[in-house]
Amino acid sequence: MEAQLQELKTQALERIAEASTVKELNDVRVAYLGKKGPITDLLKGMGKLPAEERPKMGALVNVVREEVTTQLEGRMVILEEEAINQKLQSETIDITLPGRPVKTGNSHPLTRVVEEIEDLFISMGYEVAEGPEVEKDYYNFEALNLPKGHPARDMQDSFYITEDILLRTHTSPVQARTMEAKGGEPIKIICPGKVYRRDSDDATHSHQFTQIEGLVIGEDIRMSDLKGTLSVFAKKMFGDDREIRLRPSFFPFTEPSVEMDISCFKCGGSGCNVCKKTGWIEILGAGMVHPNVLEMAGYDSKRLTGFAFGMGPERIAMLKYGVEDIRHFYTNDVRFLSQFQRTEL
Amino acid sequence: MLVSINWLKDYVNTQQLPPAELGEKITRSGIEVDAVIDRSHGMTNIVVGYVESCVKHPEADKLSICQVNVGEETTQIICGAPNIAAGQKVIVARPGAKLPGDIKIKKAKLRGEESNGMICSLQELGIEGKLVPKAYAEGIYVLPEDAETGSDVLTNFDLDDTVLELGLTPNRADAMSMLGVAYEVGAILSEEVKLPKISYPEASDTAASMLTLNVDAPEANPLYVAKVVRNIKVQESPMWLQQRLMAAGVRPHNNVVDVTNYILMEYGQPLHAFDYDALGSGNITVRHAKEGEMITTLDDAERKLSGHHLVITNGEKPVAIAGVMGGANSEVSETTTTVVIESAYFASGSVRQTSKDHGLRSDASSRYEKGVDPNRVIPAAERAAQLLSELAGGEVLAGSVVFDELNKEERIVKVSPDFINSRLGMKISFEDMWDILNRLKFNTEAANGQLVISVPTRRQDIQIPEDVVEEIARLYGYDEIPATLPEAETTPGGLTPYQAKRRIVRNLMEGAGLLQATTYSLTSEKSAKQFALEETETTRLLMPMSEERSILRQSLLPHLLESVTYNTARRMDSVALYETGSVFLKGDDELLNEQEHLAVAMTGLWLDNSWQGEKKPVDFFVLKGIVESLGNKLGVQLTFERGQMDDLHPGRTAFIMLDGQRIGVMGQLHPSEQKARDLKTTIVMELNLAALLNLETEALLYTPVPRYPSISRDIALVLSKIVEAATIETVIRNAGGKLLKDVRVFDLYEGDKMEEGKKSVAFSLTYFDPEKTLTDEEVINAHEKVLAALTEVGAELRS
Ligand SMILES: [Zn+2]
Repeated sequence: MEAQLQELKTQALERIAEASTVKELNDVRVAYLGKKGPITDLLKGMGKLPAEERPKMGALVNVVREEVTTQLEGRMVILEEEAINQKLQSETIDITLPGRPVKTGNSHPLTRVVEEIEDLFISMGYEVAEGPEVEKDYYNFEALNLPKGHPARDMQDSFYITEDILLRTHTSPVQARTMEAKGGEPIKIICPGKVYRRDSDDATHSHQFTQIEGLVIGEDIRMSDLKGTLSVFAKKMFGDDREIRLRPSFFPFTEPSVEMDISCFKCGGSGCNVCKKTGWIEILGAGMVHPNVLEMAGYDSKRLTGFAFGMGPERIAMLKYGVEDIRHFYTNDVRFLSQFQRTEL
Repeated sequence: MLVSINWLKDYVNTQQLPPAELGEKITRSGIEVDAVIDRSHGMTNIVVGYVESCVKHPEADKLSICQVNVGEETTQIICGAPNIAAGQKVIVARPGAKLPGDIKIKKAKLRGEESNGMICSLQELGIEGKLVPKAYAEGIYVLPEDAETGSDVLTNFDLDDTVLELGLTPNRADAMSMLGVAYEVGAILSEEVKLPKISYPEASDTAASMLTLNVDAPEANPLYVAKVVRNIKVQESPMWLQQRLMAAGVRPHNNVVDVTNYILMEYGQPLHAFDYDALGSGNITVRHAKEGEMITTLDDAERKLSGHHLVITNGEKPVAIAGVMGGANSEVSETTTTVVIESAYFASGSVRQTSKDHGLRSDASSRYEKGVDPNRVIPAAERAAQLLSELAGGEVLAGSVVFDELNKEERIVKVSPDFINSRLGMKISFEDMWDILNRLKFNTEAANGQLVISVPTRRQDIQIPEDVVEEIARLYGYDEIPATLPEAETTPGGLTPYQAKRRIVRNLMEGAGLLQATTYSLTSEKSAKQFALEETETTRLLMPMSEERSILRQSLLPHLLESVTYNTARRMDSVALYETGSVFLKGDDELLNEQEHLAVAMTGLWLDNSWQGEKKPVDFFVLKGIVESLGNKLGVQLTFERGQMDDLHPGRTAFIMLDGQRIGVMGQLHPSEQKARDLKTTIVMELNLAALLNLETEALLYTPVPRYPSISRDIALVLSKIVEAATIETVIRNAGGKLLKDVRVFDLYEGDKMEEGKKSVAFSLTYFDPEKTLTDEEVINAHEKVLAALTEVGAELRS
């Protein structure tokens, strides 16, 4: 009987090893360990053995059954894994196929530039002020030290609607309005918006364009504060290693007036076609608020001083992104617009 | 302003600075140098030649064979100029010479004849054709007889010169003269300025004996000086004068005109020369024109004058428009022997208006407009007398005829060093300030800690202490200003709720897949009101540049749709754009009512996942979904009402409503509008965004997350096609009581299985009690009421 048992075990282990699917192995389980299997038969047949042999034989059968069971389970784990692997294999997809598109739009490049500038100045404590695009001559010119007949009015040919109403030629009237509304109190604002001038549209001119201007009025505001503020702006906008330089200029609403250049971000100052070989790029105009402008808005120009600056987001976008034709900003070609999707952070 | 450096050196030492360096110094301290122009253009080997003989080329009518003495030899040169002749001194480019435009001169054979060089025109030396004297415009330039044969043309005739082109801002009228630029350069380089020395012999007869003067308009003309010069020989000016004028961008004419132009450039003071005999009256009267009075100006145009135009007359008829242009009737010509030189101060406003009215801008008028130096009017007249005496052999009559009521005093500006430093945020010493003011030639005294500055009249732009701050700072150097930040208390800064919500709207639109567009505010009459939400008058520009851009828009959609067409015409079939911007409606006061709008236009595919076989064209409901989420995001209840609007599909248009007010419209473009715009199905929306953004949003309070389950019941209804889902939804909501939490359409069927004129709409109803778990009975009760109400309105349950 012992020999029979050993024979059975050998057979079972062989068949376990041979089984190549979960089903075959289950058949082996039923065949050897099932209620009608030979091991059960052997246990049933133990009654015929002498009583003193039964415990020994019983233990032996159990050992064999356990061994077969262990082997079978071990084999089962392997076969199940193989089965799963096979299934997974059959489920393989071509991961190089394109993903389901998530439609995302994006801001216009000018909005992108304006918001970047707004956020920078907001972080320095500025508020964003806006005003009408159709303006009174008074706010657009007179309140800015540009009385009727002033020679500097020639600099900006304007679209008039009546003798006293026009499309604003700069966002400076927002400054004049804010000053008037603040009634002599300190101001820190940034004014973005659309402006209009009588220019024929070409690669570098547009009858409609955008501007963003800043105004700070307070006690002891100095020209050095203007320089420091513009320096922060230049570094944030065009890179940490940008240097700025101020050149004397003229605007009727500021005195002294300056133009600000930044060191060329393309060549770093050695000269290239972006900076026209000068190493410097003109970015904006600025100055200390002219006392006439302060007085006209009801400020005591002896007590409060201020600075103002203004720039063109089109120009900045053209420089930053290398756009060669200003008309791209108003044509709305989706092949152009959709390029301003990604962040530059 | 074009500044010849060789000319400038007459007045100020430029310290031998290379022109580019001088230009940079001028730019950095106040006046932008736009260009540095080398007049020699790298030319070499160009000499004075003497044409010994000149015969026609036997083989070519238009060519001449010349034997030209070029100093070291006499050589043969073939010349094609019509004005070549024996006995002339000419400009010769020798073999090996370089000319502008990368031209190299080589020995050549022309129709069989040897040619050793080229006889040049001024154009060939790089001078603009419009500056070349008329006599030489079509041929070679003929040098004066005394030009030394074989000598270098570039050095002898000032072509080894560099011109600085100044881009002047309107405040720096003082730099519209060589003397003004000399003062500026002198201040920059700490050099003295040498003024021209004026002296000339005077005749014993006086100017007053030949000329009388009346000024009837002293406000417009507070100073008038006339000098009389007789026995003049009108002829070509000497080379140096011609070259200086050409360098300054002025075409030489004859010595009299050239002298007036030379002094205009030198002093910035416009002069005018009248032919004394042509005046005919021995009188000059300055007065305002009579209404409708006529004058023929030097450009041969007949001009009609008005009462506010100032004219110079001979006591009877106008002979010049004051400060703008002379009259043809008194023009200096070859036969003139006696001239009257006018040097005057005309008020800037009067000249500006006159030059604007006549569309006449001249070197003279542009200087008057900006204001000339009161203290240069008389010296300029004297300088003219001197040059006419020297260059035209004129006999200057003694004295001048003068009308003078002009205030020529210097303005006093007082400013303290502390003020200057506090404005700049610097610590410039008193000595440095004093030095700068001296360099500027501003007479300055120190009194009670203040700088008391007498500002020279040439610097009309220096009026207030801040102007002095700028002078000090620019000459001290803007690079020396430190970089600081305002020290005032910090303010929080930020966006207003309106501005912040506008950004939210943009983010939502972009998240929904739309690209932001920007279009023009100015449009055509035709487009101005299309899709406008309100009916108001349009606003037109006084002087539009074109009809296309003549009216302020009242809606964003027309231009946005143009942008869509622009793209589809370039085979981008799926386009989804949005724009935020102002529209311009007639307002209550003189300003317009500017309303910020949001517009969307979309065409083509909304969903395009082609390899998975999913393609969905845009339709009304895609855009409606976006509008609905806009309402949700902003916390406002937007509703939709069936509507009609021109150029929109009559069955696919809805008004967007907020609190019973129509604030927008959306729909599909009318097929005929689509066709007109060359578009396929296009869905659009125009919304008064300001109305949405101006609403105050309620505070957000959370609703407890449900602790008890909800129960859903679905109903499929057969409805007449004209019944709107929203109507049924209202019936359901009204009948469902407080347990009914949500009603949602989940299916629509309009296929063949339906009876004609009917459709099936399926609703899913959600019942929920926040307090406890609903019992079946409660749900049945509520649902029964809904079914009853539906039956009442004639909605059958679909079996
Ligand atoms: Zn560069």
